[in-house]
Amino acid sequence: MAEILKRSKPLAVNPLKASQPTGAALAFLGLKNAIPMLHGSQGCTAFGKVFFVRHFREPIPLQTTAMDQVSSIMSADENVIEGLRVICEKNAPDVIGLPTTGLSETQGVDIKRLVREFRDKHPQFAATAVVPVSTPDFSGCLESGFALAMEAIIDVMVPESAGPRPDLLPGGEGAITFPLPLGEGSRVGVVARRKKQVNVLCASMLTPGDTEAIRDWIEAFGLRPVLLPDIGDSLDGHLVDAETTPLTLGGTPKNEIASMGESVATLVIGRSLAKAADLLKQRTGVPDFRFDHLLGLDACDAFTMTLAQISGQPVPARIDRQRAQLQDAMVDTHFMTGFLRVGIAADPDLLLGLGQFLAGVGAEIVAAVAPARAEVLAEVPAHAVRIGDLEDLERGALEHRAQLLISNSHAAQAAERLQIPLLRAGFPQYDWVGGYARTWVGYRGARAALFDIANLFLGNHHDTPAYRSIYRTEPGLDSQERTAAGAGLVRH
Amino acid sequence: MKAAEIAELLNEPACAHNKKEKSGCAKTKPGATAGGCSFDGAQIALLPIADVAHIVHGPIACAGSSWDNRGTRSSGPTLYRIGMTTDLTEQDIVMGRGEKRLFHAIKQAIDDYAPKAVFLYSTCVPALIGDDLGAVAKAATELWGVPVVPVDCAGFYGTKNLGNRIAGEAMFKHVIGTREPEPVPASAQRPGITVHDVNLIGEYNIAGEFWHVAPLFDELGLRILSALSGDARFHEVQTMHRAQASMVVCAKALLNVARKLETDYGVPFFEGSFYGITDTSQAFRDFARLLGDDGLTARTEAMIAREEARIRSALEPWAERLKGKRVLLYTGGVKSWSVVSALQDLGMNVVATGTNKSTEEDKARIREIMGEDAKMITDGSPKALLQAYKDYGADILIAGGRNLYTALKARIPFLDINQEREFGYAGYEGMLELVRQLALTLEAPVWDKVRKPAPWAAQKAAGEPLTAPEASHG
Repeated sequence: MAEILKRSKPLAVNPLKASQPTGAALAFLGLKNAIPMLHGSQGCTAFGKVFFVRHFREPIPLQTTAMDQVSSIMSADENVIEGLRVICEKNAPDVIGLPTTGLSETQGVDIKRLVREFRDKHPQFAATAVVPVSTPDFSGCLESGFALAMEAIIDVMVPESAGPRPDLLPGGEGAITFPLPLGEGSRVGVVARRKKQVNVLCASMLTPGDTEAIRDWIEAFGLRPVLLPDIGDSLDGHLVDAETTPLTLGGTPKNEIASMGESVATLVIGRSLAKAADLLKQRTGVPDFRFDHLLGLDACDAFTMTLAQISGQPVPARIDRQRAQLQDAMVDTHFMTGFLRVGIAADPDLLLGLGQFLAGVGAEIVAAVAPARAEVLAEVPAHAVRIGDLEDLERGALEHRAQLLISNSHAAQAAERLQIPLLRAGFPQYDWVGGYARTWVGYRGARAALFDIANLFLGNHHDTPAYRSIYRTEPGLDSQERTAAGAGLVRH
Repeated sequence: MKAAEIAELLNEPACAHNKKEKSGCAKTKPGATAGGCSFDGAQIALLPIADVAHIVHGPIACAGSSWDNRGTRSSGPTLYRIGMTTDLTEQDIVMGRGEKRLFHAIKQAIDDYAPKAVFLYSTCVPALIGDDLGAVAKAATELWGVPVVPVDCAGFYGTKNLGNRIAGEAMFKHVIGTREPEPVPASAQRPGITVHDVNLIGEYNIAGEFWHVAPLFDELGLRILSALSGDARFHEVQTMHRAQASMVVCAKALLNVARKLETDYGVPFFEGSFYGITDTSQAFRDFARLLGDDGLTARTEAMIAREEARIRSALEPWAERLKGKRVLLYTGGVKSWSVVSALQDLGMNVVATGTNKSTEEDKARIREIMGEDAKMITDGSPKALLQAYKDYGADILIAGGRNLYTALKARIPFLDINQEREFGYAGYEGMLELVRQLALTLEAPVWDKVRKPAPWAAQKAAGEPLTAPEASHG
């Protein structure tokens, strides 16, 4: 159990945290024909937009209710309704995400009521789903804002479909028995199940590369995944025939979200989505399987086993092969990862995943920093987790002589000062082309990560300083020249 | 900040926009607004002052997504790259502990980083709950003896442009005029050269581009007392009132500082640009004109003749490759014509230019340079830009970073001309980087490949499967 050290400084220096509205916007960017509109001043949106444009190297649809001086003091309710109308009229999106910000929350907005008002006033835009979510940036972090948006998406877009089921009746909690493989009539639902369809709730730690890998993984078992959200389809970076689009280029379609109640199972990846998963289960009665992350052998095995159980299919030979490849890589790289002193700063889910993955190959997590509190932090395999910033990471890494940092691009300055390598993970990655697309999950993702960590270690290896005995002689050279000639052999 | 103070900032007498309407900037429209807020603008304008601790007072969204993301460079201290914010929590806001946290935050910054000064940037939430940054700054300055400067720039005050002006106002009110310049070091004195002190206002040293130009200032005997704010130091900004002339570089944003320096301290100013050969030379001539030193004028002309000859011959092989290429330029204000002249210097053909943020005066300059029937574009939406690109048969789009992915997604060559770019184009030397970047994107072999449909795309039916030739036996 890691001790949680709370924020100890009045000033955050080199912030690790990205805001809740940013996280909420990201969730909406994984829906098809969607656009998030932040309820705040135009800067809230401009900063969020630049943040994502630099990370994904993609155009990012993001709008604002543009609160100005008058509406910030008097009332900005009309801004929300007007903003929704303008977007519906111009772009007719399938979904508008409507996260609030610190400004609108401090003013005191009832965002759900405003959506109802919009519906009354403009019934002609009923085809556009509007998802309000309260995400002030004075609490939480990117991960929690993303999770709140997921809850709101399920709340607004997934219809009630659970019938009376014994396992949900009082006293039936946890009594669910899940005959495997799933057969007809195994559940007392009211909805016809799509036998092959599984829901996947994807937390903010998953990259476009990750969601693609998860899709392949599930499809390998003959199942059809509905990923929510699917940033692998919208933010993977691909050229399309249409030259411009004011909305997301891809992502989870609205009608697929509506059909989530018909799936045979839900896979939940990331503890931050626990409440969203609870809501989906309550709403649809679809049984779920929850995973903290998919990094490393153990996590991959658990996920693979579950897929085998749900599908009733044997594990395909190529997955077996990938597993064997990862095991081989673990053996090959354990010389570099063993006892490796690592400092990690990331949002809670990712911190836990990276921590367990690295501890699982013999590394020591000597400094662990998260931007905000979360239940999972207690399980990070480190002595302590500090709620803090990148200055805290740098100090912890210095104190415990870390050999590797894992964090976002902002940690590059710290790594430079510490003269140790940085493996980029999380948001934002603006100085590393393709960082956004990296695949971490799965056997192949873990293998690639091990190779990279091992190479970073090798590239920064500190040899023992050479010692030359006072008795050694080399005829024909004076001592000065000898030192110079030998200098190339040893790096310090 | 009071509404009247904002109105006064919006009313910039030296700005050519001001003749038409009181507010230089359009009112924001919910659901259809792009661009940054006042906090963004203020931070951009002041962040390059390298030895200052820049503390953003507010919840995380303001600093969290914006720290250390500008291309501005420092030749010395790197304190400006350390992100600092009070990262206000719900408790702070509900219980009214924001000011207290800020006060302790200032102490922490001073203790840990020994800044030459501390700048406090207010944001929306503290402005709404009424945190008094001025009082905190005053108390902190008195207690710890480090200048603490409040910048009241809540995002909801308005646009980025307004934020620039707020920043300028804060410098004028709290910093400029609080120190006398150091004497010119004896080692830097040269016989026959009278050193003149000058300011550069609105120069941000993006990608270090001003370092292309800086040596020429030294050569001519022009000491840059301070830039506002590229590669600047706090003590330099303090002395700006003692300059003999100011240049407002390539932007109207900090015009208020130049105007007030003129009215309050008698420092004359001119507007100019370091983009392109013609404009760079003009900037130096304008300095010589304002300073009225015959020796300087002579040295300036000699330097210009030498540099122009040198750069023109260096550009010759490039100009050959770029000649006749058709450019669609979409950028605001001064750059709508200053870049035109730079491109025409290269023999390129600017087919149309954006005039969204340009003044009537700017437009007149465009007509003068491009001819009476110069095409001007006002609609900067991605769709309209791409349509114009096609209509005018352009070969390349030159615009701000915001349009980068508009161009790339449409598979057309692009050059970034605004603040976020990673290459410096200023001065004579910068032209070499400019042509390199132009040629690099125009001549890139990738364009043909990415426009090519997949070989199987046209195939209507499945092709004939290859069959292995029957093995002949015997």
